[in-house]
Amino acid sequence: MNHVVCIAYVPDTETKIKIGADGRSIDEADVKWIVSPYDEYALEEAIKAREAKGGTVTVVTYGPARADVGLRECLARGADEAVRIASDGLGEADSLGVAQALAGAIRALPCDVLWLGNKGVGTDAQTMVPMLAELLDLPHANLVTKLEWTDGGVVAYREIEGAREVVEMPLPCVVGAQKGLNEPRYSSLKGIMAAKKKTIAVKKPADVGVDPAATTGEKAAVRWTKLELPPARQAVKLIPADDPGKAADELVRLLRDEAKVL
Amino acid sequence: MSNVLVFIEQRDGKIRKASFEALTLGREVAAKTGGALGAVVAGSGIAGLAPELAAYGAAKVFVADKPELALYSCEGYTAALDAAVTAFAPAVVLVPATSMGKDVAPRLAARRKVGLLSDVMSLEVEGGRLVATRLVYSGKARATVTADPGASLQIATPRPNVFPASKGAAGAGEVVALDFAVTIRAKVVKMDVAETGEIDVAEADKIVSGGRGIKGPENWPVLKALCHELGAALGASRAAVDAGWIDHSHQVGQTGKVVSPTLYIACGISGAIQHMAGMGSSKVIVAINKDAEAPIFKVATYGIVGDMFQIVPALTEAVKKSKA
Ligand SMILES: Cc1cc2nc3c(=O)[nH]c(=O)nc-3n(C[C@H](O)[C@H](O)[C@H](O)COP(=O)(O)OP(=O)(O)OC[C@H]3O[C@@H](n4cnc5c(N)ncnc54)[C@H](O)[C@@H]3O)c2cc1C
Ligand SMILES: Cc1cc2nc3c(=O)[nH]c(=O)nc-3n(C[C@H](O)[C@H](O)[C@H](O)COP(=O)(O)OP(=O)(O)OC[C@H]3O[C@@H](n4cnc5c(N)ncnc54)[C@H](O)[C@@H]3O)c2cc1C
Repeated sequence: MNHVVCIAYVPDTETKIKIGADGRSIDEADVKWIVSPYDEYALEEAIKAREAKGGTVTVVTYGPARADVGLRECLARGADEAVRIASDGLGEADSLGVAQALAGAIRALPCDVLWLGNKGVGTDAQTMVPMLAELLDLPHANLVTKLEWTDGGVVAYREIEGAREVVEMPLPCVVGAQKGLNEPRYSSLKGIMAAKKKTIAVKKPADVGVDPAATTGEKAAVRWTKLELPPARQAVKLIPADDPGKAADELVRLLRDEAKVL
Repeated sequence: MSNVLVFIEQRDGKIRKASFEALTLGREVAAKTGGALGAVVAGSGIAGLAPELAAYGAAKVFVADKPELALYSCEGYTAALDAAVTAFAPAVVLVPATSMGKDVAPRLAARRKVGLLSDVMSLEVEGGRLVATRLVYSGKARATVTADPGASLQIATPRPNVFPASKGAAGAGEVVALDFAVTIRAKVVKMDVAETGEIDVAEADKIVSGGRGIKGPENWPVLKALCHELGAALGASRAAVDAGWIDHSHQVGQTGKVVSPTLYIACGISGAIQHMAGMGSSKVIVAINKDAEAPIFKVATYGIVGDMFQIVPALTEAVKKSKA
């Protein structure tokens, strides 16, 4: 059984965000980049399945050259192959543009299960799983916290508001990983050494059948026109706590009369 | 630009609150575009929902009523939405950014090869295009995003609890039955519903959350008593979830749920950036923490520096008293 895992290489959640000079992107100078945490759950589940049933695990990203570091990390954890669709020098792509490029690359790969994170940390669009499933004409389940294998398919447990949906689907299919699915492993020294020797297949968008002039920059279906720091919150109003009863009464009064939320 | 179509989410024949918010927003957008407001709802035995939607201004209600749509499936419900798009030819489609909406809207966007403004906190119409804002990078930045005005369709998913729901001038609510073929490969065979009476944090108007400061699962009753008085949902930090004190479905934050309640009370939570990514857009934030330096006080509206085991029970009493 063959697996493809989509990897987003994103700013570390701890990174301080500075707005770039153009006022619509981030200043990337001091940004530390990481493999998006949900993608680690996706990769782990794919590797576990390969260990149990054989096959290959290929990691794919759409991004600039720096993303090779993230792909190598995935190889070190146990992925067999890596593909990067190079976005170097291109304008920004929106989710649909990224999905079209990824779909182009994935069509050429052996794939029984396509794995993604449920959302890319930072941009948090949470759109890629259904978009890729649609472009590839596959069934999908997103926000999956538990997965079981059946004869020719999977049972996915999907977290929704106040309930859990149990989804049955046949292979090939798309799975979006949520926290809880597994505990991702660290890369071993042996894995790191082996990863160094592997080559990352770098493809141009044209190689996977997309024309960046039609899907990026001014032509992207969604444009970020401005990026700014969010408006600052008002300074906290501290309530003295010497007498818990009085403090509680005062808080209730403020919530009712000032904030008007009670 | 003209017609506006809103996807309505129902569970067990009951329309979810976020759908009324999206419908109200849709009515405002339609007033600006000069088009008609339509609603589409999928399920089984749901034809009776139309009058409720008309009260919010829906001129047309597209109904996909089939036994195989009784439980949600992305393929089935997207097919319903897609059929309504064909029938109503909207310029704008709004879908609440719930787990269902965030499943259906991107499938529609990919099918129609158009963009999607995801999880938006504000939405305007400017020169024939949708302009929205959304929070990115754990709430550390705000992006203004726009759809392509040349596209056949512009889609947005408004974040629940951010836009108000209000009835307006009643629409005609003309029911249009949708007829379409559907093949469902990913089938929801069962839905396990959480403990009865529990409100999910993602839908709650008020949330009381506990973190590592709760010290152990035996102390949840302290917070649950306050939840009960306020009609609030119980939330948790990742530290509390990872310690095994509570199920992940309660977790708020980057790797949990993103919430926007009117009131968020954080008890014994330090306010790590990944926690704030999930609750930073709450309208009023109360922090109860014994450490005056805890970062949660930087985002809080009101703060009490003290021991939560003294403050929270007092607060429960004070709320009870205020209602008497
Ligand atoms: C500086 C900057 C400018 C941007 N400008 C724009 C813009 O103008 N318009 C716009 O719409 N968006 C813009 N984006 C957002 C960017 O295009 C998003 O990364 C893209 O929309 C995918 O969104 P996501 O990661 O939030 O997807 P999600 O749907 O949240 O991601 C889910 C999963 O999809 C997979 N995935 C996501 N991205 C990739 C990838 N690149 N390669 C492989 N797998 C991936 C991962 O498995 C991930 O876990 C910008 C981003 C940055 C940093
Ligand atoms: C990739 C990534 C994703 C993450 N996602 C999430 C997420 O989704 N959600 C999340 O919450 N975290 C997330 N985290 C973890 C986050 O960084 C913090 O570790 C976590 O939020 C800390 O939880 P806490 O505030 O409960 O615990 P702590 O940081 O240990 O804080 C406990 C607080 O309780 C106070 N306290 C203790 N006793 C009392 C008392 N008796 N009365 C009053 N106050 C008391 C202390 O002063 C302290 O401020 C993520 C981290 C990473 C790296």
